[in-house]
Amino acid sequence: MNYSEKSVDKIVKDHNGDASKVILMLQDVQSEFRYIPREAVKKLSDDLDIPEARIYHIATFYKAFSLVPRGEHEIRVCLGTACHIKGGKRIAEGFERALKVKAGETTKDKKFTLETVNCLGACALAPLVQVDEENHSKMTIEKIDKVLKQYKK
Amino acid sequence: MRLETPNKLEELRKSILEKQDPNKQKILVCGGTGCISNGSLEVAKAFEAELKSQKLKAEVEVKITGCHGFCERGPLVVFLPQSIFYERVDLKGVPDILKETLISGVPHDKYLYRMTKKDDPITKEEDIPFYKNQLRWVLRHNGKIDPTSIDEYIAQGGYSALAKALNGLSPERIVDEIDKAGLRGRGGGGFSTARKWRSVKDADGGPDNIRYVICNGDEGDPGAFMDRSLMEGDPHSVIEGMIIGAYAIGSNKGYIYVRMEYPLAVKHLDLAIKSARDYGLLGENILGSGFSFDIEINRGGGAFVCGESSALMASIMGRAGEPRAKYVHSSEKGLNDLPTNLNNVETWANVPLIINRGADWFAAVGTEKSKGTKVFSLVGSVNNVGLVEVPMGLSLREIIYGIGGGIPGGKKFKAVQTGGPSGGCIPEAHLDAPVDFDELTKLGSMMGSGGMIVMDEKTCMVDVAKYFINFLVDESCGKCTPCREGLRQLLIVLTRITEGKGKEGDIELLKDIGDCMTWGSLCALGGSASNPVISTIKYFRDEYEAHIKEKRCPAGVCQDLITFSIIEGDCIGCGRCLKVCPSSAITGENKKPHVIDEKLCIRCRACYEVCPVDAVMIE
Ligand SMILES: Cc1cc2nc3c(=O)[nH]c(=O)nc-3n(C[C@H](O)[C@H](O)[C@H](O)COP(=O)(O)O)c2cc1C
Ligand code: SF4
Ligand code: SF4
Ligand code: SF4
Ligand code: FES
Ligand code: FES
Repeated sequence: MNYSEKSVDKIVKDHNGDASKVILMLQDVQSEFRYIPREAVKKLSDDLDIPEARIYHIATFYKAFSLVPRGEHEIRVCLGTACHIKGGKRIAEGFERALKVKAGETTKDKKFTLETVNCLGACALAPLVQVDEENHSKMTIEKIDKVLKQYKK
Repeated sequence: MRLETPNKLEELRKSILEKQDPNKQKILVCGGTGCISNGSLEVAKAFEAELKSQKLKAEVEVKITGCHGFCERGPLVVFLPQSIFYERVDLKGVPDILKETLISGVPHDKYLYRMTKKDDPITKEEDIPFYKNQLRWVLRHNGKIDPTSIDEYIAQGGYSALAKALNGLSPERIVDEIDKAGLRGRGGGGFSTARKWRSVKDADGGPDNIRYVICNGDEGDPGAFMDRSLMEGDPHSVIEGMIIGAYAIGSNKGYIYVRMEYPLAVKHLDLAIKSARDYGLLGENILGSGFSFDIEINRGGGAFVCGESSALMASIMGRAGEPRAKYVHSSEKGLNDLPTNLNNVETWANVPLIINRGADWFAAVGTEKSKGTKVFSLVGSVNNVGLVEVPMGLSLREIIYGIGGGIPGGKKFKAVQTGGPSGGCIPEAHLDAPVDFDELTKLGSMMGSGGMIVMDEKTCMVDVAKYFINFLVDESCGKCTPCREGLRQLLIVLTRITEGKGKEGDIELLKDIGDCMTWGSLCALGGSASNPVISTIKYFRDEYEAHIKEKRCPAGVCQDLITFSIIEGDCIGCGRCLKVCPSSAITGENKKPHVIDEKLCIRCRACYEVCPVDAVMIE
């Protein structure tokens, strides 16, 4: 979704304009636009009367936030200990090869953003890959193409 | 409906119980994150639909519960009152399972539990070794009740500990009881809960006499999901614990800090808070006692360091989650510079249990200095993967072999990692050590929050050490130099070793850097970061030396030190390896032995993983 001032206005109101809730507001901004647009930072800074630098500090500190637009689907390959032991790194490399991007990057067609994460808390299903909200358990190199196909439409 | 007095709560409980028929046919379908991922919600729907079409709907109740713990075998379905346990249930199986269990009365064989395909099935949940040897206190409701229903929690005796506390126990009495029970924090360090409560209780709450309680649901340790299961599967027990604690400490405001990766936990906690408020168990004048307390949920932004107490509080206050030096404790100056009590999810969930059953009952289980039970997430190379709750003092062997069923595929046990990035790896020689806070520390590891990752002979311990350091390089907040730079240097040296470029003296160098970090770091992230390195050096020094001196990775993991080849006699020519090889290094014809061109191979391991007959060899 493109930036809209109205949406940010609503987000600020939802949290009663309370400056200590800026992280929660950024979370809402992120889920609305799938990234933190510059304009949103500027507006939050004005509305809440906190310096832009502090908001950027937060936006770069927490992994949940991205300052660049994300792909339509987010692929998170778990590299937590349980997944690491079961070959998570190789699954991540497999996705890198299949999508021709490095972890952290978005494909040219803006379809996928590939990420590695540290434990999604479903370790019994290791190695685990999450695409958007959906978990794909016990991933193998062979299953990568099948999984990607599901989201390519 | 508001419950104005403790008696009203009892009346409500009675009326709920009267409506329940213990002999009613129930089908419990696990709705924990693991089983949902494998399609359990669709399975539940299929049961509903099938019951309807077979006109059995009125007699049978389908209930979606929290995690049963045995997630790897999911979706799990349990039939009550028979206690028949089905694993890996799929849509296809639903009609037959129903027919055979309910009509012919003989369990449907295909979905019964078998440790391995060759073993005989076990019908009843309580007979499965995974469950048989556990002591499920904290997890007592998990997988039994519908976590979205406060009535089900109340029917199980929920909130009676709160009623008891408000109705006759003074705050001092409660702290004493927790003290006598010997409860220690389940979030990592194992600090005495009563001692922490007392210092917050006695601290100066400022002109308005304000104190906060916080529940730490950040659960950043990789490989651990106990807190998630509890928050998702039994949110009220965490909330009840917090209310009791708040009353004991004299706090009116609480926060639950949950990481953003746990949306279902947030949803269930949110629902639980709202329904507790409706009943007057939370909010103003709880159960007519005059005591008021409310809870707010805070979603974390995905930073491991935010699990650290001062960072967590900074994050709640809307700042970057950077730890601060603790000249002054959070118990005196925490959130908003006021006294704050932070406890882990599992710690809070233990509180109602202690108040209900008494300190002596609680303290009768465990070791001298570690009382009660501990929930572990038993994962990695072990047959029965999942959440297990055991009395403190059980040995590692009893957990890994007795409950976990040992190592799959006939491989050899190598080490068990506990305590996450602050912990260490424990080798076979110490498998008989009793598991409690102090014993694990003595072995150079830690209890931590309860991650227990079993590793077999195919795991390279240098690689594991590198893995944890790599993790921490990403997660260090970078505020203090020993942690920021120390981690970087550790990673450089470990990477060099795994690439076969290790030098004489590297092991000593690792130890020296680790020492600096332990002494100089601002918070426990940096302070304990070298533990995985030190413990692997201590127990697996020969493996480090093989990498450094012989340029060899004995476990066959480190990419730069291994080569792949196909054993001609074993290869059946199925072509699977050829299909997955990303660099076209494999050639061969159907049904004939394949070969790997070593020059083209990028050592990605794909062929090794897909080969159905183990014909790919790593050297
Ligand atoms: C880097 C770091 C991460 C931590 N992560 C967690 C966590 O995810 N969950 C948790 O309960 N405690 C975590 N802790 C420990 C907490 O700081 C704190 O000691 C604990 O929540 C206190 O609760 P307890 O007394 O009930 O154990 C972490 C500590 C450090 C240094
Ligand atoms: S030890 Fe590491 S995580 Fe802790 S304050 Fe220092 S840099 Fe930050
Ligand atoms: S290790 Fe990877 S690159 Fe090498 S032969 Fe096997 S599949 Fe091909
Ligand atoms: S997968 Fe194994 S059996 Fe099949 S062709 Fe490759 S080496 Fe041979
Ligand atoms: S380690 Fe991957 S989900 Fe926990
Ligand atoms: S999620 Fe179903 S058993 Fe854990």
